[in-house]
Amino acid sequence: MLVDINVFHGELIMEILSIILYIVLAPVAGGIIAGADRIITARMQSRVGPPVLQPFYDVLKLFSKQNLVVNRFHGDYVICFLVFTILSGCIFFGGGNLLLAIFALIVANVFIVLAAYSTNSPYTLIGAERELLQMLAAEPMLLLSAVALFNVTGTFDISEMLKTTRTPFLYVPGVFLALTYVLTIKLRKSPFDLSTSHHAHQELVKGLTTEFAGPSLAYFEMAHWYETIFMLGLVYLFFANMPIVGVLVALAVYFVEILIDNINARVKWELMLKSAWVVTLILGVGNLFVLYFLSL
Amino acid sequence: MGFLKKSPWVLHYDGSSCNGCDIEVLAALMPKYDVERFGIINTGNPKHADVFLITGSVNTQNVDVIKNIYNQMGEPKVVVAVGACACTGHFFAECYNTLGGIDKVIPVDVYAPGCAARPEVIIDAVVKGLGVLEEKLTKLRKKA
Repeated sequence: MLVDINVFHGELIMEILSIILYIVLAPVAGGIIAGADRIITARMQSRVGPPVLQPFYDVLKLFSKQNLVVNRFHGDYVICFLVFTILSGCIFFGGGNLLLAIFALIVANVFIVLAAYSTNSPYTLIGAERELLQMLAAEPMLLLSAVALFNVTGTFDISEMLKTTRTPFLYVPGVFLALTYVLTIKLRKSPFDLSTSHHAHQELVKGLTTEFAGPSLAYFEMAHWYETIFMLGLVYLFFANMPIVGVLVALAVYFVEILIDNINARVKWELMLKSAWVVTLILGVGNLFVLYFLSL
Repeated sequence: MGFLKKSPWVLHYDGSSCNGCDIEVLAALMPKYDVERFGIINTGNPKHADVFLITGSVNTQNVDVIKNIYNQMGEPKVVVAVGACACTGHFFAECYNTLGGIDKVIPVDVYAPGCAARPEVIIDAVVKGLGVLEEKLTKLRKKA
């Protein structure tokens, strides 16, 4: 009994440690990935591009700017967005339940939509509507990938998933491909950067983030770093039993997203929604059916 | 805190320019000059911008627009007048519908002369503006 309690304590300490590590390191890694993203994008356009640490300079600058909030809810909603994004990452990297982590991420997304709706700016309102459509297109696939991982590993607990001896990718390659398709929406990359984008000169000014200025925009950027790490973590789970391969594949997937971002124009929302659902149905659900019939 | 200097986001507004200066502003963003090397980004949103770059003179139609954009920008902010028209009104100064240079309507911090202003001059002007931006930030901090 005593031994059991010690083991339990050990696991608890490990969980708390990994959560603290996540909270500290995720924005660092996310920021560096964003910086590398901007350099690679610049090189693809035969430019030199900014320094790797540019996203950090941007965010630190935003904190020294005036905070122009349009009403008393606006700023709080953005902070809720950041908090819930971090929370979903804590559940994920603390080895918690994958479904719970995805639901927490959806709640975070709802808060950013609420923040946008609270402003009454026409650009932001259209951005918010498009963000809802993006959620509608992407969330089914995120949940389905959790179901697929459950089918292969037999658990929704991430700490248990990591102990698996099977490589989930080999069983559900279709789900993996469909997830990368949907990642374009979640990472706000062209052709699916409908609600807001990192690139200048959009038809909606900045869409969702038009009314965020100074610190609130900085919170939004930081939340996006956490979100990026969460998504790459989800990709990693498909190679849960091979850590090095998993990390390499996650980075490769991100590179492919940058490439897609640079060679595509933005599409209309109808095409995004339909194509995302068709891909989810054929590759995602289809793959699960195949698994079921082969009873693997 | 020198981060304002490292990531100035620019808002470009065409007053009543002949597009000569506008093209030079865009040239600064293109591969040859690539101002993103210095963290300079062209944003379309006044609320995100630090530097207000205006080309062309002020006329009776755009005077409200310029004031509106200026007021929407968060402190600290800097106004850069690009090209001879934006600086003084140039040869449109005496026209019946022209009010003159940008400084007739809003305070201008840096003047970039030239017809059209060269990309080097524009980059120089923005860099000069960053010094003003830092000064304004320290003043804001002292007030608070």
